Amino acid sequence: MIYQDSKTLLAVRGLHATVNGIEILKGLDLTVKSGEVHAIMGPNGSGKSTFAKVLAGHPAYAVSGGAVVFEGGNLFELKPEARARAGVFLGFQYPIEIPGVANSQFLRLAYNTVQAGRGKDELDPLEFDDFVREKMKLLEMNPDFLDRSVNEGFSGGEKKRNEILQMALLEPKLAILDETDSGLDIDALRIVAGGVNQLANKDNAIVLVTHYQRLLNYIVPDYVHVMDAGRIVKTGGKELALELEARGYDWVGAEVKANAGVNA
Amino acid sequence: MSTVLQDLVNQPYQHGFVTDIEADVAPKGLSEDTIRLISGKKNEPEWLLELRLSAYRQWLKMEEPQWPNVKYPKIDFQAISYYSAPKPKKTLGSMNEVDPELLRTFEKLGVPMNERAKLAGVAVDVIFDSVSVATTYKAKLAEVGIIFCSISEAVHEHPELVRKYLGSVVPVGDNYYAALNSAVFTDGSFCFIPRGVKCPMDLSTYFRINTENTGQFERTLIVAEEGASVSYLEGCTAPKFDTNQLHAAVVELVALDDADIKYSTVQNWYAGDENGLGGIYNFVTKRGLCKGVNSRISWTQVETGSAITWKYPSCVLRGDNSVGEFYSVALTNHYQQADTGTKMIHLGKNTRSTIVSKGISAGHSNNSYRGLVRIAPTAAGARNYSQCDSMLIGERCGANTFPYIQVNNPSAKVEHEASTSKIGEDQLFYFAQRGVGAEEAVSMIINGFCKDVFQQLPMEFAVEATKLLGLKLEGSVG
Repeated sequence: MIYQDSKTLLAVRGLHATVNGIEILKGLDLTVKSGEVHAIMGPNGSGKSTFAKVLAGHPAYAVSGGAVVFEGGNLFELKPEARARAGVFLGFQYPIEIPGVANSQFLRLAYNTVQAGRGKDELDPLEFDDFVREKMKLLEMNPDFLDRSVNEGFSGGEKKRNEILQMALLEPKLAILDETDSGLDIDALRIVAGGVNQLANKDNAIVLVTHYQRLLNYIVPDYVHVMDAGRIVKTGGKELALELEARGYDWVGAEVKANAGVNA
Repeated sequence: MSTVLQDLVNQPYQHGFVTDIEADVAPKGLSEDTIRLISGKKNEPEWLLELRLSAYRQWLKMEEPQWPNVKYPKIDFQAISYYSAPKPKKTLGSMNEVDPELLRTFEKLGVPMNERAKLAGVAVDVIFDSVSVATTYKAKLAEVGIIFCSISEAVHEHPELVRKYLGSVVPVGDNYYAALNSAVFTDGSFCFIPRGVKCPMDLSTYFRINTENTGQFERTLIVAEEGASVSYLEGCTAPKFDTNQLHAAVVELVALDDADIKYSTVQNWYAGDENGLGGIYNFVTKRGLCKGVNSRISWTQVETGSAITWKYPSCVLRGDNSVGEFYSVALTNHYQQADTGTKMIHLGKNTRSTIVSKGISAGHSNNSYRGLVRIAPTAAGARNYSQCDSMLIGERCGANTFPYIQVNNPSAKVEHEASTSKIGEDQLFYFAQRGVGAEEAVSMIINGFCKDVFQQLPMEFAVEATKLLGLKLEGSVG
């Protein structure tokens, strides 16, 4: 939701980034204020997931230009774990499996590390168990999840629920959800989206990276951005997503080229 | 590697072998005269001298094994002095005199206070007033008839027991290093649990008097009579230094009917520096004989030290329905080489064995699992389950699995599972994105990987082992 007096949480200016020496992001600009929900859409290969990973600090991606200010500070001065503690959360498109490590252990370590980083109280295993079970209800998750190895053998839907469970535990300021809707059936989509909606408030912001308008029926964005060739080329309200659904992306590209021609 | 550990391993360490000849040190080299000298100094009975000489004569005809997947310069056995009178270590007056770096390492590992003192060479009685912990435990064990003393002491105090069992599991000519040990061993532990007695506490070398100078050829013998049970702990997580580069120990376990022996080791000997210089060569023969029906021998080992580890704790399952177990974590980093595993020899009917081996390789190290499961024609209904998992950290290390399976009875059932995994960048990034740094992430992944083995260790040992693995891997990722 857009609030009149909310402050800027994230300011991305002219961001360039490469992977294996190939430039993927080519001058991306984006401003996100607290309370807002943004959707980033765009064709395959336009750089949406790269943008998400660069913000989180994935080591395979190198920033080659531009700046990102998060809560008034230079985001790139923080290591990935420090960004997470500062409140940047990435919901993974493909959550990673960690065999042998119980989900409950992993979740508690993550929770306590982030709490400690924010100068807040940590929870012992018993306290945490009560706490996490309460949060799991939000996502209609079976408590069996706690005893299983992190994401190992989880179905696509289970993995995505586990991501949102982590978001619920870590209470990020900025949650970037990378294709959280992919691999979800209708019921799971409703549950996951319901969870995200309950976590949204006026002090945090959500950036949804998605291919499909379907998700946006459940999580209504304040802004919809279209990415093409490593930049955000068009921004609109929620109705833009419907237009994209109906017309595809080609017309946006054509419009960008036409404007470029006019400007030149 | 952390600076603490780095400083610790950089402490003055004498590479190669002791050169100064002191008053009560045998001349270098091995001959029948050396053996007679050792036996004479220790005032040993004739039968033991004969055993040593027989071992030596067999050793002369043997070749150093070439099959292990390890590389090291040829050892000059004539350059070693095989006997020096045990000299008491310099005892410090209080913990204040101990190197603060060493104390910090203890702190990090969570070594109990009283053990820290002992390990650092502080007289325990100085700290704990008048009552010596060791004496107290010894008295308590004697009450139930358990003998727990050095093997030299046992030779004099309980010659009939030592004579009956010494070399009964590992014959003097068993292999090159066992033969060498049998010829020249100087000391070690002896433990005897009489019929029907359940040892009331875990026995640790820490509680034995005279543990400091067991030397490089250590000999251990543990006998559990009918219905007896014991849990024995060897080693500790604190780093151990020794000026002797070659170590060749022999451990023999004997379990009679319905007896149960659990032997746990945590080994953290000097592994050489990060460039692979120095470090201890550890060539060990450990074998347990399940002699009686329904007996059980369980080996658990956490191997983190030594430049070279050559070690196959084994079980000979002779008694019907007897059970052998082997749980192992072997971690190698830098230029360490480990060739370790087990042998399960099924002779009796319905014998069962379980092998769980977890190898972790980091740095430039090389970690091999080598195991033999042999089902003899007599072992009807025998069963074995083996699981060998390897984990690689980084790009320059290696892991190998060499399982040998020989089945000579059609009613036997043998299963072998193996896996190799790698701690990947994506796993570490996933942890990082949840606020957790690389070292803690690796520690959690490794502990998850080793869970099946750690849960076999006594509680405090397991906690220390967990921390030890984290410490040994510091700096190897991220």
